[in-house]
This record gives sequence, structure tokens and C-alpha cells, in this order.
Amino acid sequence: MGELNNELLQQHLTGKFGDQIKLEGEPYGLLTVETSRDNIIELLTYLKKDAALQFIYLTDITAIQYPEQENSIGVIYHLHSLRYNVRIRVKVFLPEGDVRTPTATVLWNGANWMERETYDYFGVNFEGHPNLVRILNVDDMTVFPMRKEYPLEDPNRVDKKDFYFGR
Amino acid sequence: MQNFPSLNINTNTDTNLQSELSTLNLGPTHPATHGVFQNVLQLDGERIVSGVSTIGYIHRAFEKIAEHRPFYQITPLTDRLNYCSAPINNMGWHMTVEKLLGINTPKRVDYLRVIVMELARISDHIICNGVLGVDTGAFTGFLYMMEYREAIYEIYEEVCGSRLTTNIGRIGGFERNFNDIAFAKIKKFLVDFPKVLNEFESLFNRNRIFIDRTKGVAPVSAETALDYSWSGPILRATGVDYDVRAMNPYCSYEEFDFEVPVGTSGDVYDRFLVRNEEMKQSMRMIQQALDKIEKEDPTIFHADVPEFYLPPKEEVYNNMEALIYHFKIVMGEIETPVGEVYHSVEGANGELGFYLVNDGGRSPYRLHFRRPSFINYSMYADMSRGMLLSDAIINMSSLNVIAGELDA
Repeated sequence: MGELNNELLQQHLTGKFGDQIKLEGEPYGLLTVETSRDNIIELLTYLKKDAALQFIYLTDITAIQYPEQENSIGVIYHLHSLRYNVRIRVKVFLPEGDVRTPTATVLWNGANWMERETYDYFGVNFEGHPNLVRILNVDDMTVFPMRKEYPLEDPNRVDKKDFYFGR
Repeated sequence: MQNFPSLNINTNTDTNLQSELSTLNLGPTHPATHGVFQNVLQLDGERIVSGVSTIGYIHRAFEKIAEHRPFYQITPLTDRLNYCSAPINNMGWHMTVEKLLGINTPKRVDYLRVIVMELARISDHIICNGVLGVDTGAFTGFLYMMEYREAIYEIYEEVCGSRLTTNIGRIGGFERNFNDIAFAKIKKFLVDFPKVLNEFESLFNRNRIFIDRTKGVAPVSAETALDYSWSGPILRATGVDYDVRAMNPYCSYEEFDFEVPVGTSGDVYDRFLVRNEEMKQSMRMIQQALDKIEKEDPTIFHADVPEFYLPPKEEVYNNMEALIYHFKIVMGEIETPVGEVYHSVEGANGELGFYLVNDGGRSPYRLHFRRPSFINYSMYADMSRGMLLSDAIINMSSLNVIAGELDA
């Protein structure tokens, strides 16, 4: 079997998916592509199962939020082709009012906790997940704390000054 | 009980006692859980029918806090992730930042880092394998090896002044150079430890009770391990030779001659053997690093990047430039490039990855930490099904889940 590099991988993906994926470039050598939630499972399946790619290892799933964007919440997958030792980053951006995307647990069992954590932090609803409940925070929490609308308190805030408490 | 969908406890009381299942809360602070995490197990006698893992008891929002701190102030947070091998977390974080900033470290820094990281790996494996012995009822090995974890902590102390949460790295290198006593202690460790490790191995490998309690217990196939995204010694015990040091070398690991030990059956016994073998490989690497260092300039211990490298205190007190840089770095006033970077190192438990998105501000825009303990532990409840309770305890200790890293 031949070798795989970013250029070849890019050719494979554009050949198969055309304009359904958007190439974001190669920040620090890691090919980054963006797709929509309609195509994500098809793309991940192709990456995992195609003999020329073999991205069998799901390294990580996480999310990010850019409040100023229309599709503000992005789910980020890092995959690793152990056969060819190439990594890829796949992103799916979702609108804030409709944060749902299909679950990757149909492909990897390891996605279970990673998606639960992403749900816990950002409120991403992974459709079809077997047990999408909070994992690190308490169950009765109502917010998704890693979103940008919940900044940590300012360490210089004045209402915590001692004199307000008679100290 | 909305979170425990698999727990449908049979409340039918008119059947005989043997058909009743009992519920056991293993943890959150059970001594055998090695940290604060809970497993609600449904037992048929001593056999586990189903289980639900609950974590998050010491969750302290590592990622959220990191969004509000300059790069250097994130270092102490990383120390507290896997506190059994804090330097690997430190170095992993600093290497991620160096990748973002485009800093190339001098060779001597790389070798010194290899020494510190491999020592950390040894100290982590000492604990894991020692405690595995304790859980099978053999206390001797644990006590015997503990002295050598102490020896490693003394080396850290010589290098940076602290022992457990070391804060040992800087962007570009180390805060201070290794002194002669540190090198002497490392060399002494390399002479003393192999003998002890051999004795430790023979204490267990010829022990009928230990072998009976670990061989064939919780075997995992390579396919299942990869499916659950396992990494580190427990993945290698299944026969997959995935090691970040060999596959994506960082810190000049490509120059080192070492083997990646793998197991065959992926059971608890294989995990024990793989960790023991890794300790030997780590010692090989430390020896090679010591040899390589002799050919390098002994005064170099950091890259020449004053705008990012936090200067040593004595320079801050005596040198105006150093004081200015110190102030700018601590206040997060340094200019950093916009970009996103993923960097991973081989932690003691597996692939330790940092996903850093930087918008050029004083703190990371987003920092995600790929925690091997979190991902490795996700299979625990599934794999415990059908297992005896006593085997599930041994299985847990062989996974080496560190609560600080699990919860982050």
C-alpha cells in the first residue's frame, strides 16, 4: 500500500465529497476540514473505513464557540490514521439555537464519554447518543459553562473586597 | 435516579433470595477506587451484572480557568492533572505553546526534558504496579519501590525546588540549569533502581497468588481497545504498538534507541509486564540522554527567546531587561500568533494531548486537554459486566486512573 500525506488526503476528500467539505488549511501541519452536520457521519465513516485512509483512531472530540458567528458552536474531531500516521481535524459548525449533530458512537464506542463531555460543556445535542447526560458537572445544572456567555468572575471585582464584609 | 437507566432493580419479593440482585456503591471514596469516583454496581452474588460510572467529584474547570490565564499561569494547573507524573504534563503544555510560537529548543534542553519526563514515567509506573500488588494482597513490593519514587522526587527537588507539583518547565527550556548534585542523583538512580526493579518483578512474576489474580483477568482485544480510543500501556498490552514517542517524536525522541513493549492478551498481567518493561526502556533513554548531554554546551538550558522565556529570579532582580520581560510575560502582554495547534506527548497513561486555539489575546481562546485517564476509564463499566467484584478492583488499579486527570 502506498503512503498517505496531507496532499493525497485532500485529493481523496475533495474527490469523494466535492464541495460538501471546506478545506480550512493545514495549521501546524494538521489538515483541517469543515463539513455540515448532514455529512459528518458519512465523512467520518469514509475516513475510518476507506482502505487508503484508515483513520481508525478517534483521538478526541471537543467543541468551541465563536459567539459572533452565525453558526457559533463548532464540534471538533481529531482523528488519527495509525496505519499511515497522519492526523486530520474535522469541524462541524452549528447554529446556537439548534445545536444538534448526529452521534459518532455509531463508529466508535470511545466517542461516548467525549460527546457527553462536549454536551456537558457546550450543550451540543448528539442525536442518537445512548446516554447523553452530564458527566463532570452536577445533574441539576442548567447552563453549559464553557460557552462564552459565562465568563469567569473578574479577580479585581470590588464586591468581594473585605470592607464590604466588615473585615 | 434518572441518570442510571440500566439499573432496573428487581423488586419482586416473592421469588427466592438467589434471584435477587444487590446494588453496591463502589466509591466515591472507597480505598480500592484509587481516587474520588463512583461505580454503582448491580451484583448477582459477587458477579457484576451491570454498572454505571459517575465521575466529576473533583472537577475544577481546568479548561475554563485556562481561558482566563496567561500561558505561564496555566502551568500550575497542568501539574495537578496527573499528579503522579506532573513533569510530563508541564512539558507537554510548554511544548504546545512552543509549537504555537514557533520556538525551537536547543538539543540539550530536549535531552534534559527527556530525562525528567522518563523519570516521571518511572515514578508513575512505580505507583501503579506497586498498588496493583497491594490490591492483590502483596504490600511488600509497594513499600520496597516507594523508596525509589522518593529518589525521583529528590531529583526533581534538586532541579526545581519542589517535589510533587513541580512547575518544572518554562517556554523554551528550564528555569535553571541542572546542578552537579542532580546529575549525581540521576546516575545513582540508574545504578540502584534496575536491581530493585528486577527483584520487584521476580517477587510478582513467580508469585502464584499474583498470577492467579491477574492472568486472564479483564482481557481486552486490540480492536476493542482501539474502538474505545485507549492509549498508553493498557493499549500496548493488547498488542498495538502505538506510542507517541515513536510515532510522532517530539523532544528529539527520534534520536533515541528504545523499544515499544507490547503484550498479547491485554489482560491485567500483560499491563503489569508492559509497565515494568517501559520502566527499563525509560532507564535506557535516560542513560542515552546523559551520554548525549556530555557533548553539548553545559551552560545552555533554555532557548534564546527572551520575549517568551520567563527569566530566572536572580536575573529579574539584577537586570533591567529581564525585569521588563518578566513583567510583560507575567501580565500576559506578550504578542502571540493567532492559530490552532494540537500537540500530544506520551504521558504515563497514554496520549496526552493539548488542543490550543489562540486569538492573540492574553489567554488561550480555547484550551482542550485530551486526558488519557478520562478516555481509558470510559470502558470500565462496560468491561466490568460479568466480572467478579474482586477482579473489577484489580482491573481498576491496572487502568491507573488518576482522579485529577479524569475530572480535570
